[in-house]
Amino acid sequence: MANLSLRQVSKRFGHVEVLRDLSLEIPAGEFAVFLGPSGCGKSTLLRIVAGLEAPTSGEVHLGAERIDTMSPGDRGVAMVFQHYALYPHMTVRQNMAFGLQNIGTPPEEITRKISEAAAMLEIAHLLDRKPGQLSGGQRQRVAIGRAIVKQPKAFLFDEPLSNLDAALRSRTRIELARLHQRMQTTMIFVTHDQVEAMTMATRIVVMNQGRIEQVGTPMEVYQQPDTRFVAGFVGTPAMNFLPVARVEERAGRAVACLPDGTEIATTVPVGHLPSGDLTLGIRAEHIVPGDGAEARVVVIERLGERTLIYADLRDGSTVVYDEPGDVRLDIGQPVRLAFDGAAVHLFGPDGMTLRG
Amino acid sequence: MADPKGAPSRGSTGAAIGEKHAANLLFVLPYLLVLLVLLLIPLGLGIWLSFQDYDMLGGWNGGVGLDNFRNLLDDSIFPGAVRNTVVFVLITTPAFVGLGLFLALALNDSLRRSAVLRTVFFGSSVLSVTIVTLIWRLVYLPDRGLAADILGLVGLHGFDPVTSETWALPAIAVVTVWWIIGLPMTLFLAALQQIPAELYEAAALDHASRLTTLRNITLPSIRRTIAVVAVIEIVLQFQLFGQALLITGGGPNNHSRPIVQFIYEAGFRDLQLGFAAAASQVLFALMLLAALGQMWLSRRGEN
Repeated sequence: MANLSLRQVSKRFGHVEVLRDLSLEIPAGEFAVFLGPSGCGKSTLLRIVAGLEAPTSGEVHLGAERIDTMSPGDRGVAMVFQHYALYPHMTVRQNMAFGLQNIGTPPEEITRKISEAAAMLEIAHLLDRKPGQLSGGQRQRVAIGRAIVKQPKAFLFDEPLSNLDAALRSRTRIELARLHQRMQTTMIFVTHDQVEAMTMATRIVVMNQGRIEQVGTPMEVYQQPDTRFVAGFVGTPAMNFLPVARVEERAGRAVACLPDGTEIATTVPVGHLPSGDLTLGIRAEHIVPGDGAEARVVVIERLGERTLIYADLRDGSTVVYDEPGDVRLDIGQPVRLAFDGAAVHLFGPDGMTLRG
Repeated sequence: MADPKGAPSRGSTGAAIGEKHAANLLFVLPYLLVLLVLLLIPLGLGIWLSFQDYDMLGGWNGGVGLDNFRNLLDDSIFPGAVRNTVVFVLITTPAFVGLGLFLALALNDSLRRSAVLRTVFFGSSVLSVTIVTLIWRLVYLPDRGLAADILGLVGLHGFDPVTSETWALPAIAVVTVWWIIGLPMTLFLAALQQIPAELYEAAALDHASRLTTLRNITLPSIRRTIAVVAVIEIVLQFQLFGQALLITGGGPNNHSRPIVQFIYEAGFRDLQLGFAAAASQVLFALMLLAALGQMWLSRRGEN
């Protein structure tokens, strides 16, 4: 168990800058999830930690050691790959033993470690099979088992759930979370799936275009996004963004006036507002039917436990709100929507969240 | 489709596959014709011929049973030709596998230098046997050839493989490997590029050295290609002919005369077609046995 420290790490591939001067501290024992869209540099960052890519500049420290100059095998990390990367010609047992044999672990110790890991992951009955004879979920477990037997200082997961079907993915999510609780080892998990990030992470590192947008607990990232990007990327359905036509002041707080004339009293102090166009962000659950903006229903998505309703405001902009269970609404039906001013976010022209 | 009823219906579970339909035969007819005319009929004729006394001048003198094969055993040249051919296969096949794999491993990257070298090593494969042997006869020229020059540098003077009973066959083997090393190299390159990069990354994280990675990741991953290359080369090299004929003419003292040259001479110089056909059957049997043996070996290794 060790803390991971990234210090001003940059990575270029030719003229393309993938990571820009990135610094991050991950405390020992934390389950950190790198979350971001494809191409944001999250996998590259993980591969730099693993030693599969060299940073163009910057340092990586694991515990007391600087590891970016070491070979991958010497770093004390174990990685679970997106496509598992199990050795196809070796049995499960041989797959798990390979890394230990290479560092000269005594055979009886290898056997013991494999038995422990196999029992923990419930794959003891698969030890003599080859990866080709296993299902996707079983391969996933073997890949995790191969990482566990090495007893690394940190586990690295590169989108390991993306090849599993939806049911297996949610089950594996829970198992990984339990595994982390049991082992208390530093884990770094890369994903573009915000549900995986929200459900498993101790802290989420939201990345975009080679930069860290925000680091925080899942609820911090969800409730207090630092940027418009984070606000839009985290949460399903995505946050509603509406242009602010003008801002008025009421008791020192900003009142956002939307193009359709709706006024929303926010908690943002008016003194802090920058000049330029502002954007208002509000999540679906903070819009409720009530005395407010006039709108017309355009799409209804029934998800079972709740219903998402997409409605056009008078100026043509669309908002989504949700209601529990089913609703009796028809397409084209007029509704009135109330916006919870205490829960709205205001974003400046640079995409940063404006706070008091 | 000529008849929609005969076409396999979409989504059916194989009932249509077993259905007989004459029109479907048209699809395989061109191939069947070629197979029949150029392969099966000649094969059958050859087998039949090997039991006949058939002379191109004297014509057909009826069946002779196993006489042609008995004569082969008693022949003063044929057993030597079999030995030469087997030795040649034993020299060249491991060389093709080993050197082809070595070149593929060395040139399996995206560097421009490697692309040029891959072309260079494959380049000689497009030459005809006439050109290749012309080049190598110059290389093997006693006293003045490249081989003599190089060996002279290390103090070995008077090297003349073409007239040496010991070195004639190995010299032809060197020519052959130089000539067509491109094919095994290319097959190995294709196989190496099929190995997912993630496996090597996993091995790097598993603390595997380069040698361990080669032994435990690369070689097992291309095991099938190694077997394929070995079988292809066994079949090809048993058919040694042009290089031997043009470099040594089978000499000195028959020490580099391969089976195919023996067949050619028996059939088209001495015009004894039945006798030549019998020798061809022996060659066919040898190739079949060797290829089957290799396949059995590699399959046993897999299990």
